[in-house]
Amino acid sequence: MNIPKPSVQIRDLDLHFGEVKVLQGLNLDVDEGEFLVLLGSSGCGKSTLLNCIAGLLDITDGQIFIQGENVTWKEPSERGIGMVFQSYALYPQMTVEGNLSFGLKNARVAKDEIKRRVARAAEVLQIEPLLKRKPGALSGGQRQRVAIGRALVRDVDVFLFDEPLSNLDAKLRADLRVELKRLHQQLKNTMIYVTHDQVEAMTLADRIAIMKGGKIMQLGTPDEIYNRPQNRYVADFIGSPSMNFLEGNLENAEFSTGDLKLPMAGYNFVNGGASNGETTIGIRPEHVVTGELVGRASVQTNVKVNLVEPMGSDTLVYADLAGDQIRIRMDGHSQVRTGDTLPIGIDAQRASLFDKKSETRL
Amino acid sequence: MADVSPSTIDAASMAGPRGTKPKNRLSRRNIFLYGTLILISVYYLLPLYVMVVTSLKGMPEIRMGNIFSPPVEVTFEPWVKAWSEACTGLNCDGLSRGFGNSVRILIPSVALSITIASINGYALANWRFKGSEVFFTILIIGAFVPYQTMLYPIVILLREIGLMGSVWGLVLVHSVFGMPILTLLFRNYFTAMPEELFKAARVDGAGFWGIYFRIMLPMSVPIFVVAMILQVTGIWNDFLFGVIYTKPATYPMTVQLNNIVNSVQGVKEYNVNMAATLLTGLVPLVIYFISGKLFVRGIAAGAVKG
Repeated sequence: MNIPKPSVQIRDLDLHFGEVKVLQGLNLDVDEGEFLVLLGSSGCGKSTLLNCIAGLLDITDGQIFIQGENVTWKEPSERGIGMVFQSYALYPQMTVEGNLSFGLKNARVAKDEIKRRVARAAEVLQIEPLLKRKPGALSGGQRQRVAIGRALVRDVDVFLFDEPLSNLDAKLRADLRVELKRLHQQLKNTMIYVTHDQVEAMTLADRIAIMKGGKIMQLGTPDEIYNRPQNRYVADFIGSPSMNFLEGNLENAEFSTGDLKLPMAGYNFVNGGASNGETTIGIRPEHVVTGELVGRASVQTNVKVNLVEPMGSDTLVYADLAGDQIRIRMDGHSQVRTGDTLPIGIDAQRASLFDKKSETRL
Repeated sequence: MADVSPSTIDAASMAGPRGTKPKNRLSRRNIFLYGTLILISVYYLLPLYVMVVTSLKGMPEIRMGNIFSPPVEVTFEPWVKAWSEACTGLNCDGLSRGFGNSVRILIPSVALSITIASINGYALANWRFKGSEVFFTILIIGAFVPYQTMLYPIVILLREIGLMGSVWGLVLVHSVFGMPILTLLFRNYFTAMPEELFKAARVDGAGFWGIYFRIMLPMSVPIFVVAMILQVTGIWNDFLFGVIYTKPATYPMTVQLNNIVNSVQGVKEYNVNMAATLLTGLVPLVIYFISGKLFVRGIAAGAVKG
């Protein structure tokens, strides 16, 4: 088995804007060929981190390595990175061809080599017929393709994407998302991708780094992030509709709140055994089962339905459970109405337990 | 979402208004609006009309005193005289000398001030350095210092560097005094440009000058036109600096115009004075007509988004 080489390494990165500490003691390793997504709400520092990797922001302290080389003090163009921006940032006065070749001309690449690389990028991205046009005459999707092409022609080791799909409409975004994934499989470059869209993150990423307040809250595969969130913030952030949280007590491997008791016997505790004390349990809306599945669940109870939100493929049901309102994701065909009493089952092993004070996973 | 079928509407309503609403050209609003506009236009254009008419009359006709009447006999003699024969002091070669001086002052001043200010603005907008905001503030304060307080210090300065009385001394003064407002103009324009464009160019390996010439310049033609118009009119119409920092041989056109019009000896040749004034005002006027549209666009883009 060969161990993947690290492509981008960040060591103890600090970034301060005056008094404001935007990034603090940040460490991150990105493997070669990996698709890493930086995910977080606005202001969490994810774009800032990307700009630091690109060299567009001068960092306060720490080191950045790309392909094993210390690039901390290097210019953006010397770091072996290509970057794609949210607003495309195409040079409006140049043709598509001019946009693609601008970086190569600056690097004094030979003319026929420029031609060859532009042609290849245009072929990969299927923008050959657009080469003589100016960006103003392109649609949003075409512009974004040109922007990706601009990174592509430079034959870089690492691609950086700063919310590249945010400016596109929903359908086009879904199409380009698939194309990006295909592109990554084809090129096998390291890609670091910033987004606030969790669907993009879950579908594209090999690993996701969830950020908050300039720190990485959890770094893991989409599966780990979704099913084993390391803290309450990550649990709450990922998943739509979001996770249900119930406050209660954990004693002798049994979680209790009000008259609801959930035996946590099969639960995979982080440090081996169950601890006791004030605890928050997080249950995803789809882990509350209804209908025939109720019989197979470890805990069964009845709830009163408050509100029903049909969403087409799914129906979201709001109901009272142990004094809290919970969300239940049901099949789109279900005929539940407000006021009904609904038998539900809870799969306690698939829930997540968090210490109430530290909000970390138990 | 049931459609309202036509049958539910009664016949009288069906025969009623349909399509574009007709406009009443002679509405009260229009009469008031256009009346005001025409009145104000006349108020502003009347002096110009008088000037043009007077400049085309001979002196006997002017003495009759009907300043609004069109010329009975059109003559271009006053224009010729104003351009090439009118006397100021001992020189009797008209405004042509002043025109030449003004052009020789104007072109380098405009070129120099715009070049420096655009680079200043670009650096302040995109290459923030430690203290750049302080630097910018100091520069802007310069725009609010009354010129008069600096007249004499500049005389000394120009004398010390040996440029007093020369065209180049005046070029320097104009460039320096144009700097605050032009830098502000350019900085605001460049700040309003998408930052990601600048970042993309840096990733693409373009440096300070590469980004300036290849990315920023081609995108900022409107603001260059605005700056050019501001500078051309400002410098061409300048009288104060011209009369102080040059000598008779290098007087700009405005100073010479003043000397022609304000001469106290002999007969007042109103027709020649009018022609001379019109000739002097022609350059800014032509610039406005050529680039009016770009001017408005650039002002809007540069000022509002700042």
